[in-house]
Amino acid sequence: MQVGASRESDRASLLGGSIIREIKASKIEFVVSVPDITTSEGLLRPLAQASNPRLIRICKEDEGVGICAGLAYSGRRSLLLIQQTGMLDSINAIRGVAVEYALPICMMVGLLEKEPGVPPRQSKRYGVRIVEPILDAMGIAYHEIEEESDVAKIKPAIDAAYTDSRPVVLLIGRRPS
Amino acid sequence: MMKRDDCLKALARHVAEADIVLPVYSTAFDWIAIRPSPLNYLSHGAMGLASSHGLGLALGRPDKRVIVLDGDGSLLMNLGTLVTIAEVAPPNFYHFVCENGTYEANGGHPIPGRQNVDFAGVARAAGIRTVHEFSDLKIFEQQIGALLAGPGPVFVCLKIVASGPQERDYSRIHGPQVRAAFREALAAD
Repeated sequence: MQVGASRESDRASLLGGSIIREIKASKIEFVVSVPDITTSEGLLRPLAQASNPRLIRICKEDEGVGICAGLAYSGRRSLLLIQQTGMLDSINAIRGVAVEYALPICMMVGLLEKEPGVPPRQSKRYGVRIVEPILDAMGIAYHEIEEESDVAKIKPAIDAAYTDSRPVVLLIGRRPS
Repeated sequence: MMKRDDCLKALARHVAEADIVLPVYSTAFDWIAIRPSPLNYLSHGAMGLASSHGLGLALGRPDKRVIVLDGDGSLLMNLGTLVTIAEVAPPNFYHFVCENGTYEANGGHPIPGRQNVDFAGVARAAGIRTVHEFSDLKIFEQQIGALLAGPGPVFVCLKIVASGPQERDYSRIHGPQVRAAFREALAAD
């Protein structure tokens, strides 16, 4: 049964091109990023080769929270593309800037070492399992993006973040092709 | 060595009404007394992030000068920002660091590396081309106008005397009304 489920999950797909299409449809002008192995090839590499949205490479993820805040005040949409390890490292910045100041900090977070087809909360990896409970505790909205059908969640989630002025996290659960 | 108040007064003479200024901690209280403006951006949410907020504002509003008034302890929390600023190289970005060797807002304890760390040297090594250090007020007063009139990114280290531990009412600068006023002023400008 588990083997069958695994084969099913192997056949499932997530296309980087579809995610980028939704990022552009969301009127994102800047992608602010520290490389993440889950999204490296399918997302960051093609984004780096394009001029729109503009890619801003940063040294550490909490820098990105500040940069995205400054862009938000300027009326410009941005997306922070990082790994969950970086998100965890930036909890205080996310707490202060995104949550307490109620700013539309939109984070696309690759889940390092998450098993494809396994919900994050059921992962055998501690570093994956804790992500959603932490976001719940912080009161931050999040969406799992694991299959191609999940891509349709991206634009409404980003639009809602800007409309309501609040953060959102899009959890990328497998490597986009 | 200079006094922070004197440096800020000298700087304020060259700051235009339309400029965005991001002062941190004790500097913020001194700055808003010298130059009250809704375009003072006071809420940084986490220590060390002022220059990152400023970089976002510089990217988002390339028509405006963005002036960050950082602290040495704050900059130590986010040294990578200097590399990012050098990489992005926004021509409207001006980064001042008040170096007094202490965490003034947190009890006046010394920063690590006090006496040893060379902030101007770190900025140069990060790739920022226009870097200055001042410890004489007269020289700073003579040169600050030209620095702000030239293209960024610019990094300036101001060697100042420590003021001792500062007890401040941070609710004055972190309240939602401050952020709302900034948002409104920036949108209108």
